[in-house]
Amino acid sequence: METLITVLVGLLVTVAVYLLLSRNLIRVILGSAVLSHAAHLLLMTMGSGLKKGSAPLLGENAASYVDALPQALILTAIVISFAVTAFLLVLAYRTYKKTGTDDLYALRGFDDE
Amino acid sequence: MTITLSIFIPFLAAIFIPLIYQRIKSRHIGWFVIIVPIALFVFLASYIPSIANGSTYIHTIRWVESVGIHFTTYLDGLSLIFGLLITGVGSLVILYSIYYLSERESLGRFYVYLLLFMGAMLGVVLSDNLMVLYVFWELTSISSFLLIAFWYHRKKSRYGAQKSMLITVSGGIAMLAGFIMLQSMTGSFSVREIVATIGQYTDEPLFIFAMLLVLLGAFTKSAQFPFHIWLPDAMEAPTPVSAYLHSATMVKAGIYLVARFTPIFGGETVWLYAVSGVGVFTLLLGSLNAVKQTDLKALLAYSTISQLGLVMSLFGLGSVALQQGYSTDSVIYTQATFAALFHLVNHSTFKGALFMVIGIVDHELGTRDIRRLGGLMAFMPVTFTIALIGSFSMAGLPPFNGFLSKEMFFEALLNARNLEVFTTNSIGTLVLVAAWIASVFTFVYSMIIVFQTFFGEFHQERVEKPINEASKGMLIAPSILATLVIVIFFFPNVVGNYLLRPAMIAIYPTFAGAERLTPHIKAWHGFNPALWMTIGVVVLGTILYRFMRYWRGIYTIAPLKWNLDTAFNAGLTWLENGSHFLTRLYMKGYLKDYLVYIFVFFIIAVGGSILFTGSYSFDFSDDSSIAINEFLIVLAMAGAGLAMIFVKSRMTAIILNGVLGYSIALLFVVFRAPDLALTQTIVETVTTALFLLCFYFLPEWKKERSGKKTKIFNGIIAISAGIVVTVLGLAVQGNKMFESISVYFEDSYRLAGGKNIVNTILGDFRAFDTMLEVVVLFIAGIGVFTLIKLKSKKEEQDIEDQ
Repeated sequence: METLITVLVGLLVTVAVYLLLSRNLIRVILGSAVLSHAAHLLLMTMGSGLKKGSAPLLGENAASYVDALPQALILTAIVISFAVTAFLLVLAYRTYKKTGTDDLYALRGFDDE
Repeated sequence: MTITLSIFIPFLAAIFIPLIYQRIKSRHIGWFVIIVPIALFVFLASYIPSIANGSTYIHTIRWVESVGIHFTTYLDGLSLIFGLLITGVGSLVILYSIYYLSERESLGRFYVYLLLFMGAMLGVVLSDNLMVLYVFWELTSISSFLLIAFWYHRKKSRYGAQKSMLITVSGGIAMLAGFIMLQSMTGSFSVREIVATIGQYTDEPLFIFAMLLVLLGAFTKSAQFPFHIWLPDAMEAPTPVSAYLHSATMVKAGIYLVARFTPIFGGETVWLYAVSGVGVFTLLLGSLNAVKQTDLKALLAYSTISQLGLVMSLFGLGSVALQQGYSTDSVIYTQATFAALFHLVNHSTFKGALFMVIGIVDHELGTRDIRRLGGLMAFMPVTFTIALIGSFSMAGLPPFNGFLSKEMFFEALLNARNLEVFTTNSIGTLVLVAAWIASVFTFVYSMIIVFQTFFGEFHQERVEKPINEASKGMLIAPSILATLVIVIFFFPNVVGNYLLRPAMIAIYPTFAGAERLTPHIKAWHGFNPALWMTIGVVVLGTILYRFMRYWRGIYTIAPLKWNLDTAFNAGLTWLENGSHFLTRLYMKGYLKDYLVYIFVFFIIAVGGSILFTGSYSFDFSDDSSIAINEFLIVLAMAGAGLAMIFVKSRMTAIILNGVLGYSIALLFVVFRAPDLALTQTIVETVTTALFLLCFYFLPEWKKERSGKKTKIFNGIIAISAGIVVTVLGLAVQGNKMFESISVYFEDSYRLAGGKNIVNTILGDFRAFDTMLEVVVLFIAGIGVFTLIKLKSKKEEQDIEDQ
């Protein structure tokens, strides 16, 4: 399972990097969203074994629980990546309103600062 | 203790000046400021008797024990001379500035800078710890920068300020390196301790480097060749500043450093050659350049350079005594140092007076160009008298103090001719001749100041303002200095015994008992060679001055025409262009390029180290099983991901992103992570809604116009990045090096009183992280809000409204 997920992570990273290198603003934002998906999954596989034990709720009274630490980290990461995506989207909206383009090549700065 | 406090009093006063200035917005603010230097002068002067009796005062505030940096103040004869100069000339300069500066200037700012400088300068001369000394040293550079750029609307002021800053601060950094070398050799930052133990370390390989680096600091600060070029440009500062910083005090910080380090480095021949060689050359160059100036202030600037060179060369010659060790014969060489200290004091008096006089001329007539001036004697008798005293003292004529120190200078040079270290007699003679020629030119430019400004015919139409004698207030300060010039001539031994002798002991600790360490200064000592040299200077100088228009032409021929400024400016432009070129090479302004740098670096650094260390061994034995439904989810995600690259419509792309997000939520369920699954579902929903909302305002995707090559290039980077991440992930999973800390959190009920482990981690164990996460969310929220709501002035021109 871990191997399968890691390969999936690699694939998602490939997609994300390709999108990030695009010249369209929205594709770049999508790329960053996909990249955070990949990161979350990668974090998940870093725990002490997937599916080994029950959900980390002590009320279950299970013999063993899955690793709770990556879950806590991912929870934080999900929220942060949401914040980043939201901010980037509004930034894209504002950029388009100001400049009339969403092409990053056309958005290149002036020659002298 | 009180000595330590005296460094901080100017800084404290500087804090309060703006507050007072808010109430009293007139020149009278200066009367509050002047209290500080006068009080400090009186305070320091009260130490003269006890210091003259051989006491020294030391006070330490322990600071950084681990590296040996302590706030140690040390008052001995040498610091006392400088302390008195700083506060004494400081008082006079402030008094002068009260009448000199117009009330329209921002006086509050001016006095804050001036006090800042005064505190920093006192810090330099009173600190015993090298690191503390360095900090104050750089502070003087910074306050000098601020004062030169006081009239910052002028381009030349800004240029002069920048130039002085660049040169003195680079020298300062070299000096810092020298200090650190000294510390690494001797294990101490304290000057006194280094002086006491340096004998054991003179053979260290770093010793000479440390010496040269420290000298670099001293030479840049004291405007010695080839670093003298900043001083003439620093003359853009208001005249009180020029009189104070760039003639009487700051430029003498380098001299102070040389004097202070003479007991450390003075035993080496390199020190003699470096200090004296540079000094004599600067003396000659400065005096030659001064003669050709037409701006009186520039003339004084070059004359200051030249006089600083003179003092510098004397300190170099004085070090011979240390090289030869203590004996009755070697004491004679200490006279050079004595002459240096004496001339230092004299120079501050006559040069300070001259600067103030030039300031008065500029202030009253609106010009200081000697080609437009002349005949001022009749209109400005007091100013003329002061100028006469100052110039004649500078020229080395009796009955002024400059005569005494100039004679001693010649005598020291005559003594030095017999030195063994000057392997052949010719070097000693060469130095002597160079110094004598320089003195002739010093005489010539001193005459230019007096005769071309105050004699001849006065032409009202050539000056900007109607001619008047300066106000009494403005004349007080230069008059006091001019009086001192004469008083010192008649009572030189008061200065010698009370100020110079303790300083000599500080420079020559091993010679403390020697009787001839403080020679008795006599104005008349018979027709000896030194006097003949002076007579020669006067005769040749007068001839040269009379016939100046016939030989002025030499300044247009090669070596005299050369100007180091050109080289400096060219170097600066070259540096700017070079760094600009380098930056432009990689800062292209395309987001894509920057991302490429990041990813390529990641691939090379991480992928490379995986390959290099051979850590790509995998271990799949511990993998969990794969159920068919899980496999299907992964397959769906892979399909959705790949499809995102190729879709034509943004709507499809966002739906595919949704597929990814919800699939991850499903995977979280499989992985026994209920909290994550819930959060992911909600966040994914909101994100998709946000995307759709933004699509309403944004244009439809255009087809990517990138060429095939770019696409392949991007693809290669993307695939490489994916492979590196996969390999890295697999390598980490197969080779766990450390025990997981996760078990700790399973005790969450006892430790944090919660049964949901994930929640306790977020809300208790790592609560600070969560709080900061909320802060990030909050900041992003503010960002979103401002970007949407904030209306710029050109709103009506926006695309949306068109």
